[in-house]
Amino acid sequence: MNWMKLTPIYFLISALVIIPGLFSLARYGLKLSIEFTGGTRLTLTQVQSDSETILAAFKDYSPNVENRSDTSITLKMKTIDQPLAQKQIESLKEENSEITLTDFETIGPALGQETLKKTLNALLLASVLLLAYISFAFKQIKYGVCAVLAMFHDTAVLLGSFSLLGHFAGIEVDLLFVTAVLTILSFSVHDTIVVYDRIRELNKKTKGVTYIELINRAVTETMARSLNNSLTIIFMLLAMFLLGGQSTKYFSLALLIGTITGTYSSTFTAAPLLVAWEKLPFGKK
Amino acid sequence: MKLSKPLQALVIIALLVIASLYIVLPQQIGSISRPFFPIKIGGLDLSQELPLKQGLDIRGGLQVVLTAHMESIEEVDRQSALDSLKNKIERRVDLYGVSESTVKTAVNGQDYRVIVEIPVDVADTLQALSLIGETAKLEFALPQYLAGETATDEATFAGFTPTDLTGADLKIAEVTFETENRLPGVSLTFKESGREKFQKLTKENIEKPIAILLDGEAVTMPIVRQEITGGQAQITGSFTVEEAKSLTVQLNAGALPVPVSVISQKNIPATLGADSIRKSIIAGGIGLLMVIVFMIGNYGKMGIIASVSLVLYGLFTLALYKIIPVVLSLPGIAGFLLSVGMAVDSNILIFERYKEEIRAGRGWQVALELAFGRAWDSIKDANTATIITGLILFNPLEWSFLNSSGAVRGFALTLILGILISLFTGIYVTRNLLRVFYHGKNQTPKKL
Repeated sequence: MNWMKLTPIYFLISALVIIPGLFSLARYGLKLSIEFTGGTRLTLTQVQSDSETILAAFKDYSPNVENRSDTSITLKMKTIDQPLAQKQIESLKEENSEITLTDFETIGPALGQETLKKTLNALLLASVLLLAYISFAFKQIKYGVCAVLAMFHDTAVLLGSFSLLGHFAGIEVDLLFVTAVLTILSFSVHDTIVVYDRIRELNKKTKGVTYIELINRAVTETMARSLNNSLTIIFMLLAMFLLGGQSTKYFSLALLIGTITGTYSSTFTAAPLLVAWEKLPFGKK
Repeated sequence: MKLSKPLQALVIIALLVIASLYIVLPQQIGSISRPFFPIKIGGLDLSQELPLKQGLDIRGGLQVVLTAHMESIEEVDRQSALDSLKNKIERRVDLYGVSESTVKTAVNGQDYRVIVEIPVDVADTLQALSLIGETAKLEFALPQYLAGETATDEATFAGFTPTDLTGADLKIAEVTFETENRLPGVSLTFKESGREKFQKLTKENIEKPIAILLDGEAVTMPIVRQEITGGQAQITGSFTVEEAKSLTVQLNAGALPVPVSVISQKNIPATLGADSIRKSIIAGGIGLLMVIVFMIGNYGKMGIIASVSLVLYGLFTLALYKIIPVVLSLPGIAGFLLSVGMAVDSNILIFERYKEEIRAGRGWQVALELAFGRAWDSIKDANTATIITGLILFNPLEWSFLNSSGAVRGFALTLILGILISLFTGIYVTRNLLRVFYHGKNQTPKKL
């Protein structure tokens, strides 16, 4: 089958998914958790007052209600230390005699900045190492470059989706999300390598076919396994997203989005990129 | 009798399964208790049931990151100051009697940090924080007064003159209760050096006050009645019992070499973890079932064997978690579940390859061996890529420009272990099981 004939369409589909995400990234950015921005998150239970009263008690720390149920409230605010927070809670005791602090998390602003920087370092290091490894394993730099480009494609989809999710559904990006992004880098490359490996193998065995025909054959032959490979992971992630605990819910979602785009990109981005590379003035050799 | 190679492999696998079951299963199920083996390998005691270590986010507790204020310390001495800081904090936590706590250090540029994890409730964190974080520098000093201008004027307080008697001369501090009113206090017993200094100090200051300072604040200022030779002193003030206990712990562990302050703090209620674990187990079970159904539906008999390998994968992994031990956090569990989904990866690559070889007209035995051989290239490269990112996340060399957060590392560790074990089960175990139990059909007539 001539998969590569449709290359422009694949790129168009990718663009349709990525552009809104990138637009959202540029416009709204990501909704960063306190792990990156610094700040305090606390949960109070056995609350009787309305949210406004609670907010007023912490008004010096620009608080926001993050979650409110009948008797519990979760607030997010500027960095405050626990003795001070406790003092404010005491002041609420008149109306809420049983009020208790059950969850308290605070991160200094400097620490947040540092985490952000380290995260970018990790992404950079991963890209460079993967580029080097693939170029080395496939003995040609174009494989490394195209695999890494496909990897950036997946990263863009993931970041874009979470920018949109952050803006419209208030979903935050935390340290676990970063972990998910890094994991997706390796998944993306994992799938791409399966396709490239077949191209490498066919390249050795068959003579007298064009590079595009070679890629077409490789894509056809590896389609089933790419899909099956990802399906088992998708089953697991879907179960974790729908049934798993709250704290890893969006982590699973990030991995899920990443795995799906990773599967798509290995066949419909990474392989066509090789074709595109061939058309570059320096590509054909 | 000599066993064929695949049968030998099966014996090895069976032994591994028995060993893993022995480690993973609880000591007693119903009325059946497991046999007792007094085996010790290194620090590993197999006669005891190995616990599955739970991270702070599961059992609940407090994590604090403290930054050390090193401004007054010479650059060359900062690392050793940090180490001694860590030791002191460790001793305090130990003396206070909270088990399963960890104290770690991290250096980030000019920032020196101590990360403390203690399984205490949110209600007790303030106390825990003051226990860990206060310098607890004990000094004995003499208050100085400026005489009033006229005889009737009261003398004004002009500060303290330090003496050579400090917390370093202390042998032990204990909580005491005063005989009349049962008020808690702290008794100090000096070492030999301190006893002499204290004797000299009291001798020279009879009928004068001596101040006991804690972190520069006077806790108590008794008037010396006579020379004290026994090397004992009392601190009384308005202590609660808890405060007195904290103070003795701090004094016994020694003063912190540098002052610290909290830069990040996280309290996790234990109930959250229990709920998340239950949900994760359900999610994992359903996910596993879907993977098994998928594998059997797609690859038939081979799928059954792959599923057996997958279950063994789970068993080996759990056993290894207990042996290493891996501290299980919620992201770690997510990493484990994810690795279950990935564990069949290599099997899928191999089985698809097998189908191709069969289509190419090869006999099933040849096809099977070829599939394992030829799929290896892509399995190797693909998994190396995952291990590379796994290592970046895990940051084994503690590079300061990368993250070293516990949650991320927990996930990375389970991911890396998952890949290594899945290569073993997906290739070695599956291959030998197939060699022994699988009989394929040869296509007839053969295309030649």
